[in-house]
Amino acid sequence: MTATATSARSDLSELGRSETALRTFLHGLPGVDQVGAEQRAAQLGTRSIKTTAKAQAIDLAIRMVDLTTLEGADTPGKVRALAAKALRPDPADPSCPHVGAVCVYPAMVPYVAEVLRGSKVHLASVATSFPSGQAPLEIKLADTRAAVEAGADEIDMVINRGAFLAGRYAEVYDEIVATKQACGDAHLKVILETGELATYDNVRRASWLAMLAGGDFIKTSTGKVPVAATLPVTLVMLEAVRDFRAATGRQVGVKPAGGIKTTKDAIKYLVMVNETVGPDWLDPDWFRFGASSLLNDLLMQRTKLTTGVYAGPDYFTLD
Amino acid sequence: MSERVAVRKTYKLFIGGKFPRSESGRSYLVQSANVSLASRKDARDAVVAARAAVKGWAGATAYNRGQILYRVAEMLEGRREQFVALGVPGDEVDAATDRWVWYAGWSDKLPQVYGGANPVAGPYFNLSAPEPTGVVAVVAPEAPALLGLVSVIAPAIVTGNTVVVAASPAAPLAAVTLAEVLATSDLPGGVVNILTGRLPETVPTLAAHMDVNAIDLTGVADPELAADLEVRAAENLKRVLRPVPDDHDWSSDPGVGRMTALLETKTVWHPKGI
Repeated sequence: MTATATSARSDLSELGRSETALRTFLHGLPGVDQVGAEQRAAQLGTRSIKTTAKAQAIDLAIRMVDLTTLEGADTPGKVRALAAKALRPDPADPSCPHVGAVCVYPAMVPYVAEVLRGSKVHLASVATSFPSGQAPLEIKLADTRAAVEAGADEIDMVINRGAFLAGRYAEVYDEIVATKQACGDAHLKVILETGELATYDNVRRASWLAMLAGGDFIKTSTGKVPVAATLPVTLVMLEAVRDFRAATGRQVGVKPAGGIKTTKDAIKYLVMVNETVGPDWLDPDWFRFGASSLLNDLLMQRTKLTTGVYAGPDYFTLD
Repeated sequence: MSERVAVRKTYKLFIGGKFPRSESGRSYLVQSANVSLASRKDARDAVVAARAAVKGWAGATAYNRGQILYRVAEMLEGRREQFVALGVPGDEVDAATDRWVWYAGWSDKLPQVYGGANPVAGPYFNLSAPEPTGVVAVVAPEAPALLGLVSVIAPAIVTGNTVVVAASPAAPLAAVTLAEVLATSDLPGGVVNILTGRLPETVPTLAAHMDVNAIDLTGVADPELAADLEVRAAENLKRVLRPVPDDHDWSSDPGVGRMTALLETKTVWHPKGI
């Protein structure tokens, strides 16, 4: 890895020009030790984080939440309510921080923008024919532009898994580059949909591909397939962003999404971030959780720490 | 051939239909046996299990709940000798079995006796129906070990509540053995959860827990602890059943009071003649 990375440092940006160069580079990445990655992830999940450290971790995790609703049944009223919750997750406690962002479908962006205007909460929109990504490129780009024009400052795109798995890396690369251009100033998060990539080696390749093409964030999943974010997959992606920064000097964020439901899960991820890439990434600008039910569990645990009494779901909103 | 070594039993907690050790790893010696010493986190886990079971149990038909409770009585009858070996008098096991059957019979009758049509001056049907309160924390009485336990658990669950029971610290073996009966009776996991250990460790957590809807203080002997628990329970307006006097006769007719104390009444107005 290190040898490849340093020698390639100057010409990494040239890789996208030819399919062959891209393939040679991605297949030259060292393979992932599957047993080792799973063991490492499991081991980091056993750390005990208590009292003041736990309180800090919970507040940080709340600031990192991308509060998400991606349902066919989303209505303007529902996303407005969600945006209001993003601004003040716990109305009973003014010291509770706001979340990182609200994440919705493009058609819902205008309603969320109204509520979030003037706040520091970001507005993310999925785009590029989420969740399958199986649409012509022009439609994906139009989808992206529409979301940005409506007020989204972060775009969650999906990669073309069909092309990636067929080995047409240049096609995936070009799509990410084109989407990045369509985003303008908006941040681009690239969803790899790791549940469909089959191997950790593919996750590592897709991570590098997305970063080489200019993605500002790499995100695990859409949340729409059975296997969503897991600790080992996130570990592989964290190693990729660490090596990418070492090779190019550019820092890329990571966003596990889907299936993270409890405070305990979230804290395991935070421990892994700190141990793998260090405190530089322990910030909502560089690490996010794509989640919906996680926030209520974080709030219940936070309430337990401040009041000393176990909280119940009756006292928090139903989203 | 060497002489056979008897298999000794570890008495564990009963949470969500499983028999885990205490999260804290602790145990204590009581009635010549090692029994798990539950921590407040075990209490929390038990409430989570009880809450998860409410939907299925309260949503089951009254007939189905009655059948399952009757099945519990069958299993209890079959384990009579085991309870006798623990020092529970045979008469008491019989009385406890009869009490399960008595409560099982109430499952589809209570809504008829305590619900029904209300007379109103208007073109409406006005119907009241009793519904379960939800998750109930129960402090079991110390004696009689089995009959007392059955007399507080059965009335709570027959109507569709789920319970977290703090077993008597001095006589927990009957409670853990009853858990084995419940685990083999088609009772869905989480409907009854049993914690063994010291009351001051687990019960205040249950009394203050915002996701517990009622608390039955029957087995709390210390008046100061009882008062403290009532204060904690007030935070989310739990229903509270006060401790019973020491000389309470558990073999007497229990009446329906313990069932009706853990019910809410839903009243519906329905227009008629349209």
